[in-house]
Amino acid sequence: MTIEALKEKITALLPSVLFEEGGQWPTILVEPADWHKVAVLLRQDDSLSFDFLFCLTCIDWKTHLTMVYHLDATSYRHNLVVKVKLEKVNPAIETVSDIWQTANFHEREVYEMFGVNFLNHPDLRLLILPDGWEGKNPLLKDFEDPINMIKL
Amino acid sequence: MVEEIGSTAAGDIIINVGPQHPATHGVLHLVITINGETIQKVEPHLGYIHRSIEKMCESLTYRQFIYVTSRMDYLSSHINNHACALCVEKGLQIEVPSRAQVIRVLMDELTRIASHELWWGAMAMDLGAFTPFFHAFREREAINDIMEETCGARLTMNYMVPGGVMQDIHPNFQRRVKEFIALFKSKVNEYNELVTGNIIFQNRMKGVGNLSAADAISFGCTGPTARGSGVSCDIRKLYPYEIYETLNFEEILETGGDSFARYMVRVREMSQSISIIEQLIDNIPEGDFQAKTKAVLKLPKGEFYQRVETARGEFGVYMVSEGGTTPYRIKYRSPGFSNLSALDHMARGSKLGDLVAMMGTLDLVIPDIDR
Amino acid sequence: MWSFSKISKLIDSWLSVHFSSTWTMVIEMVIAGIAVITLFALLGLVLVLMERRVAAWIQIRLGPNRVGPGGMLQSLADTLKLLVKEGMTPDGADKFLFNLAPFIAMIVAMLLMAPIAFASDFQLWNLNIGVLYVTAISSLMVISILMAGWASNNKYSLMGAMRSGAQIVSYELSAGLSIMSIVVLSGSLNLNEIILSQADGWWIFKGHIPVVIAFIIFIIAVTAETNRAPFDLAEAESELTAGFHTEYSGMKFALFFLAEYINVFIVCAIGATLFLGGWMPLHIGHWQAFNHVMDFIPSSIWFFGKTFFLIFLIMWFRWTFPRLRIDQLLDLEWKYLLPISIFNILLITLMAILGWHF
Repeated sequence: MTIEALKEKITALLPSVLFEEGGQWPTILVEPADWHKVAVLLRQDDSLSFDFLFCLTCIDWKTHLTMVYHLDATSYRHNLVVKVKLEKVNPAIETVSDIWQTANFHEREVYEMFGVNFLNHPDLRLLILPDGWEGKNPLLKDFEDPINMIKL
Repeated sequence: MVEEIGSTAAGDIIINVGPQHPATHGVLHLVITINGETIQKVEPHLGYIHRSIEKMCESLTYRQFIYVTSRMDYLSSHINNHACALCVEKGLQIEVPSRAQVIRVLMDELTRIASHELWWGAMAMDLGAFTPFFHAFREREAINDIMEETCGARLTMNYMVPGGVMQDIHPNFQRRVKEFIALFKSKVNEYNELVTGNIIFQNRMKGVGNLSAADAISFGCTGPTARGSGVSCDIRKLYPYEIYETLNFEEILETGGDSFARYMVRVREMSQSISIIEQLIDNIPEGDFQAKTKAVLKLPKGEFYQRVETARGEFGVYMVSEGGTTPYRIKYRSPGFSNLSALDHMARGSKLGDLVAMMGTLDLVIPDIDR
Repeated sequence: MWSFSKISKLIDSWLSVHFSSTWTMVIEMVIAGIAVITLFALLGLVLVLMERRVAAWIQIRLGPNRVGPGGMLQSLADTLKLLVKEGMTPDGADKFLFNLAPFIAMIVAMLLMAPIAFASDFQLWNLNIGVLYVTAISSLMVISILMAGWASNNKYSLMGAMRSGAQIVSYELSAGLSIMSIVVLSGSLNLNEIILSQADGWWIFKGHIPVVIAFIIFIIAVTAETNRAPFDLAEAESELTAGFHTEYSGMKFALFFLAEYINVFIVCAIGATLFLGGWMPLHIGHWQAFNHVMDFIPSSIWFFGKTFFLIFLIMWFRWTFPRLRIDQLLDLEWKYLLPISIFNILLITLMAILGWHF
């Protein structure tokens, strides 16, 4: 499927989403409340079938956070980037680990690194950081740790 | 002894495999619940070698941050560096000289063979056979010597820079690589005789650690782990970078989905890499080994993503630039992290000895998982 | 010519001239005890060195070659290191059993030395039920392993011990049945008589294919009984770190280590005695001249040569094969080796009754 066809298809399926231009792959912006519903559609629609979530991460923009999901369809080989804007304070978003199982680990990583709360996540605990690091999120831009961090 | 986590059924015991355990090849910590010898649950605890490389990269320039990535998947350091260099080049739209492209691919494939060699030895060691480890290292040493001559290092090479490679290949490079190919071809049958054909080995591997194609995709497994389940996921074929589309090689697929299939994928991949090297080694074009770049690199504002195929699977670099000299945010999508997440699913219901075999076939490199 | 039996007779006659018969007996016992302990230490050193050299040879490396001429003193240096190491006892361990277990392993190994004929007419105890004694005592080995595993209060140790228990008890059956096949053929439980019955050829040659099968089963079973790879599930380094001796250190660990090697030696000695004629030189039927030439080689060299050949075989296994899984291990015994052994012993009994062997 060409990029234009993909964009048309997504617009037909999800009239409310906005496209962001300039990226390597078609990028859509989704509201946090809609995200799980959109994800189900992207995964289950026969002509889209985004079955491979190859990257899940978060970016701290100081004023807000952005969740970034990179999707791939193994049967059609088209890609899509989904961005979800989250509040800086108490960010929360619906989990997608029920749709893509790989999200389970990736969301746990984002949870501890950025403090994003994934609603309905089956096992939201610290994965990489040791116990006692709950609430301290190293990858946030305003994170300070004079003991462990080496300034270059 | 760990405190009891959650509720366990009667007769279940919890044991800690790692962080210091011969089978975890590093500092992976698995808390496993077993009933007798049967595994009920596997729960990985990561982070023993977490250095927060992503955070570190935010304060390093576009030339510097590449060196840190050698320390992630130290067995595929060339390929990690390659991904980062490609990502920076994508942002700056640098045209890499064809000589540098060929050298990069040659290095990538040598790295892949070296990595698979090490995996092969360690895999056999997990199953209790010590000898293959030494046999694998005999060939791996030859690759390391080639690397040492050209890159100046044996493990963390840091050879790829934005715009090409750091320095030209050593005059001996082509001769030594050809010698290595001859050596490898004379020894590869030994591998099959010693391990692949062994009846005990086959019984230990076949039908163990089953992973269906759908699960492999859902868990984000890539590389030989997914290809053992019949999922086509070789980035070199699907989203070719450098000169891979001009090369003639096969994407190895096995449909078994068990440990043996994953084993066979890796063993057969080594021969494919040899074939790629053979195609290129006599055809290294003359010219520059590095494009002319500015002293200080500044990427334009935007996002750049580069996917490459390391020895373990798909490695991705997601770089967000704000236009400065350092990246605003870098995310490394490491293959081991996703592959590890499938371990619990694969291991449930099998024996403790199988867990070791499964971990072996996932080819886990812990710094790659923890980053 | 000097031989072990001559030396022992010389000592015996010298002692009985100078002392009363009771004192002779006592002194001889002391000498025998010292000899056994010396042999123990020597065997331990030699076998560890041999294992390392064989491993190095198979693994295309050099092995120990720095301490002493050609690395000969390496195992002595290792022993010295282990001797001065602190023997730690974990807090949660059952201290009495924990410390007792390695000694039981050693005592069992020592007891097994008694009926073995090292050379012609040179035996500590010519026991008329030698074979029965060996099979009975060797099964005590499992007690020390279970004891070590249980007393360590470590889950890895316990699992290793449990695996070992299941394994040793299972494999004793087929080991015992293969031993029985020779007892059936020679009609004696006395190890010396079994050796003498091979004066016109070793059983492995005289007994046709069934004895060869029994020999192969015996080698597999004893490899499993001594917890050697590919049946080293009790230790299974990559699964259970070190299995039943995870918590042992220093000399207590060394005793287990030593006991393992001594056990390997003993089972190989038994194998050599039963199937390969022990100290009996290679004799072929009535070829008097050939047999006479063979007799020139001292009997002790025949015995140790055969034993070390079998030890080499077991070491070769260890460095070549991957480990089995616990269910495959038990399958191999109960589904394959045991039925084959039972059928085989019936065949051999038939052979012995009808006199079909040479």
